Amino acid sequence: MTVEPGEGLLFPHRDEYHDVVRSHREQGFEMCSDLCAVDYLAHGGRRLPDGVTPERFEVVAELLSVEHRRRVRLRVQVPESDPEVDSLWDLYPGVEAMEREAFDMFGIRFAGHPDLTRILMPDDWEGHPLRKDYGVGRVPVQFKEAPGPR
Amino acid sequence: MREHDVEQELVAETYEGDQEIVPRDRTSPDELRREVGAVLRLPENYGLEGAEVDIERTGDDTMIINMGPQHPSTHGVLRLMMELDGETVLRTKPIIGYLHTGMEKTGEELTYQQGATNVTRMDYLSPLNNELVFALAVEKLLGVELPPRAVWIRMLLSELQRVSSHLMWLATNGMDVGSTTMMIFGFREREMLLAFFEKTTGLRMNHNFIRPGGTAADLPDGWEDDVTLICDTVERRLDTYDELLTGQPIFRERMEGVGAITADEALALSVTGPILRSTGVPWDLRRTMPYLAYDELDFDVIVGTYGDNFDRYAIRLNEIRESIYMIRQILERMPQGDYRVQDKKVTPPPRARIDESMEALIHHFKLFTEGFKVPEGEVYVAVESPRGELGCYLVSDGSAKPYRLHIRGPSFVNLQALPVMLRGGLVADAVATISSVDPVMGEVDR
Repeated sequence: MTVEPGEGLLFPHRDEYHDVVRSHREQGFEMCSDLCAVDYLAHGGRRLPDGVTPERFEVVAELLSVEHRRRVRLRVQVPESDPEVDSLWDLYPGVEAMEREAFDMFGIRFAGHPDLTRILMPDDWEGHPLRKDYGVGRVPVQFKEAPGPR
Repeated sequence: MREHDVEQELVAETYEGDQEIVPRDRTSPDELRREVGAVLRLPENYGLEGAEVDIERTGDDTMIINMGPQHPSTHGVLRLMMELDGETVLRTKPIIGYLHTGMEKTGEELTYQQGATNVTRMDYLSPLNNELVFALAVEKLLGVELPPRAVWIRMLLSELQRVSSHLMWLATNGMDVGSTTMMIFGFREREMLLAFFEKTTGLRMNHNFIRPGGTAADLPDGWEDDVTLICDTVERRLDTYDELLTGQPIFRERMEGVGAITADEALALSVTGPILRSTGVPWDLRRTMPYLAYDELDFDVIVGTYGDNFDRYAIRLNEIRESIYMIRQILERMPQGDYRVQDKKVTPPPRARIDESMEALIHHFKLFTEGFKVPEGEVYVAVESPRGELGCYLVSDGSAKPYRLHIRGPSFVNLQALPVMLRGGLVADAVATISSVDPVMGEVDR
């Protein structure tokens, strides 16, 4: 695990992510206020602390301590070849919808999530829209009543 | 086509697949335990005692029905699948996504200057708060400091927005529990605020007024009189609402003890805003993690005790009072000065300069075609919107467009508390409970 000095920013490895979050929960971080993913495909040289290997995806979790009025942000590197991290669902049930959203939009699987289905897109949708290599605007709009090409 | 085929075709057309709630005979006992578990999904409660869980029940006793997406009480296109035992709700699953328009993806295609027009459309009942959180995130990356007047204008507008949003909630909640008088009252008062917004920003909604670097314009002449009038009127009419609703037996009957949630459940489910405060947790970002100049204002954080619908009603009603108290302080202390930061990188030159200076014209043109570049980095900023913690996670790769724009919508997260609140209640109460969550579907689906 790599700790960025200054603000509460942690870079746990994928394998220790769940344990790090668990220890935070025991230290009084009662709430996981936000969880989202980022696709760094088109962003080459982002600044990471030494010892962290950049991967294509990042899962970003924002923990909040109501008691101590503190926030801490965890950034987990997730490789493209095996986009899977542990689900935080057993620690923070509130991440259920957020993890489903990250799965829906980025195709990152959360191991241990009870109901990993699409949440915003229809079930039969192909692809994960917020990925950087997802084509935008390639679907031709065809109106049923439109006259043919002139 | 035979009748049978027609039926099948209709089912196939409306089938939503995996997202739906599954009938009992196809649900695993573990899943049922989890659904029924008190703090919905906490590990310590995971293995519930058999006596508490009616997993032995057959599918014949219960019925799965849909509420929505086109149901007048769901405040938009929210669909709830409920498992009912007679009139009692056993399981609920909110199904969302009907209003998904890919705004986070759109946000990656717009420059930072255009970004505010996009985010303002998410939570359409408090657009100024959306603009505010986006602007704060961009400014944090840019590292600019705003002149005090810009900060106080923002604070004034976001408090007025809170009043207008809560009034809208009182109105729709009144309609949901059968008080059409309250609906008319709420909309009447909100109209005054919208008129003031129109005078200030040019639009009643989707203002695009709070932009990175300050606000789009200064407050209009005579704003003090308008705001004073709004404060006086709303304050007086709040007492009318009190008379109409707070003490009224029918209203109390429908609200008290209905849709209750405990503080532990609310925290575990990441619920924020009036719902969290109704359980007695004094968590209000304006007080606990102050932004803008909220630490200079005097106000109370309203908390409830029981976490039921009535507490949430009382909190919202009294938050309007607190907001008006704050607006009066802002009226007195509004500083003079510039309404936007004079940083050439972010701020376009004044209109008059464009006529006389070629450089100013080029500067203006460049700013509005290419936008301004924001240093590399990532930032999470949160503000207290009328619905709870509204967060913005922004990643910049050093170009003029956000690399990733993520909005943490309070309604999106708060909706997860619905199964807990509805469990064991009546279907008729579900309407009041959905209303008390105050979901805005534009923000849920983004």
